[in-house]
Amino acid sequence: MNCSDSATLLNALIDGELDAGHARDVEKHVAACSACAEKLTEFREIHDAVSAAGLKMAAPAHLRSRIEKALPLPARVIAPRIFIQTSRRRFFSGFAAGTALSAALAASLFLTVVRSDQDQSIANDVVSAHIRSLQAGHLMDVQTSDKHTVKPWFDGKVDVAPPVVDLTAQGFTLLGGRLDYIDGEQVASVVYQRRKHIINLFVAQRLGTKHAIVATRIVQGYNVRHWTDQGLDFWAVSDLDPQELGEFVQKISAALHPAGPA
Amino acid sequence: MTGEDNGEHDRSRRFCDAALPYLDDVYTLARYLMRNPADAEDAAQECYVRALRHFDSYRGPEMKPWLLTILRNVCNAEFARRRRKQETPTDFSEHEPAAEELPIWQEPTSSPETTMVRRQKDDTIRRLVAELPQPFREVIVLREINDLSYQEIAEVAGVPMGTVMSRLARARSMLRAAWNGAEGAMP
Repeated sequence: MNCSDSATLLNALIDGELDAGHARDVEKHVAACSACAEKLTEFREIHDAVSAAGLKMAAPAHLRSRIEKALPLPARVIAPRIFIQTSRRRFFSGFAAGTALSAALAASLFLTVVRSDQDQSIANDVVSAHIRSLQAGHLMDVQTSDKHTVKPWFDGKVDVAPPVVDLTAQGFTLLGGRLDYIDGEQVASVVYQRRKHIINLFVAQRLGTKHAIVATRIVQGYNVRHWTDQGLDFWAVSDLDPQELGEFVQKISAALHPAGPA
Repeated sequence: MTGEDNGEHDRSRRFCDAALPYLDDVYTLARYLMRNPADAEDAAQECYVRALRHFDSYRGPEMKPWLLTILRNVCNAEFARRRRKQETPTDFSEHEPAAEELPIWQEPTSSPETTMVRRQKDDTIRRLVAELPQPFREVIVLREINDLSYQEIAEVAGVPMGTVMSRLARARSMLRAAWNGAEGAMP
């Protein structure tokens, strides 16, 4: 190894890009050459400083929704339009028949159809957000099993105060919290774990139809539970089996109503 | 809904699930290349729109370098467009002052226990990286922040491995020299 052009090899050593044989050669040289040893230390220090400086930026939440809007997602755009057209036809044919009752009936039918479709679209979004959270290495913005840390963390970041419940004793470990974006709204996600299964509990206002009882869905193989409590919409998503996810929902509900029959 | 719409929708969904997790990487590189938030957001969006268009021909192996390659092309096209507009070629690496255009740090990266000293150091590093001339800035960001291998950097930047290695060594030397200068200037 030639000292005058050692810089690239020293850097490749730091970056783990040398095969075992070359790495050994470079290390042997560095052990015997104080000039190169000093260079290695300097390169390593700057590498450590840069990689430790946390230079990676979090894309602003509005950018994500802006990009999602820019990408053509035909089903979400086209499907409601079809419903509206058919419903309107029913609505107007109701008027033509001259009975206010059938018009009202048609109108309520129209609302039901459109709303449940909106729920489906949100359910898709919720599952995508869940998958993203698992893939991105960005499951949590605040990582702690202490509910007294997670809850205040959301203060001022979202327009809701999501209930954060410690269910460790019941087998659901609190991992932390995260901000996410669903249907163009910033939402809070409280992250729990059961064995190897992650549960994202999304909490927001106005996230789909109000459901006093728990609505059940399966989207892309994930189990989804949606309900409304204390004016908040809850969406729980996990690959946990339906029964255990149901148990989770029960525990959360019970914790929200400590004096109640649950 | 027709079957065709369904297929198209599935494709978009698959794309979002595969590509959106790398939005932070794409955005970060865009910030360091474009140097201001609005241009970086435009570039990131254009990158995703183009990537979806070519998603059918995407065969891997890795999503992240593929997206970053597209992003880099988007940024270069934008710089070329501006050059043509201005007629006189501009070297954007000399376009000061990069530091002021960079943002206050995003909240999740600064943990409460971060000390003042530590934060000052990080801010200095960020400024020094931002002030590197383009080819060196790019290679440092791809290596240290986007965490790509030399081979992947070579593909993204469209240069031979040897060039990646010499640029990276040079970039770290420049950072080291600038760091020594900055530290000397500190109280």
